[in-house]
Amino acid sequence: MSLELLIQNALLVFLFVLCLIAIELKDLLYSVIVLAGASTTLAVIFFMLQAPDIAITQAAVGAGVMTVLFVIAISRTRRQE
Amino acid sequence: MAGMTVIVRTIARLLFPFTFIFGAYIVLHGHLTPGGGFPGGVIIAASVVMLFLAYGIERAQKRVGFLHAEVLESVGGLAIVVLGLFGLLLGITFLQNVFPLGTLGQLFSAGNLPLLYLGVGIKVAAGLILIFYAMLFAFRGGEE
Repeated sequence: MSLELLIQNALLVFLFVLCLIAIELKDLLYSVIVLAGASTTLAVIFFMLQAPDIAITQAAVGAGVMTVLFVIAISRTRRQE
Repeated sequence: MAGMTVIVRTIARLLFPFTFIFGAYIVLHGHLTPGGGFPGGVIIAASVVMLFLAYGIERAQKRVGFLHAEVLESVGGLAIVVLGLFGLLLGITFLQNVFPLGTLGQLFSAGNLPLLYLGVGIKVAAGLILIFYAMLFAFRGGEE
């Protein structure tokens, strides 16, 4: 197994763990921040799969706009699940 | 939504020009490098929204109001349609290229693609700011 494949598999496992944490957390604001981290990890995976266009879009939408919209939605509703 | 602490304000104020210029770079180099109208517009909208969240919505609304964003979004959509109809009138099909192609790798090349990306970038940036305003003021009338 080459080094690149090893890093890619480790990133996939890390993405899975981050998504599980985001589901299980009871504080929704922490959950949104963990979800932004998962989105950035997915952007790195896209970049390693030689799709830089998708990686830029995923990083900008997932970590930027989606986080802001979720934070506004939480500020208008309840913070605890 | 009120403003945040002075640390967040300072960081947002210092970070805003770099983020904005990076978004403009992504839009203007859409035909040369990865990226294009949509990611660049999203980055520009994210930089403006970051400033909004740091300084509070009342102060930000005087600078970039609801009407500004709505007019800019319409201008972006109009630019795309006018460019397409331009090709339809002079060329054969919708969005047919009528401008000189230039040499590969130059900034002013690729015919009407840079203008199209500019329209898409303006439309996406203004549209995301409009979505931000709409989510913030969605049920405001019902509360008052």
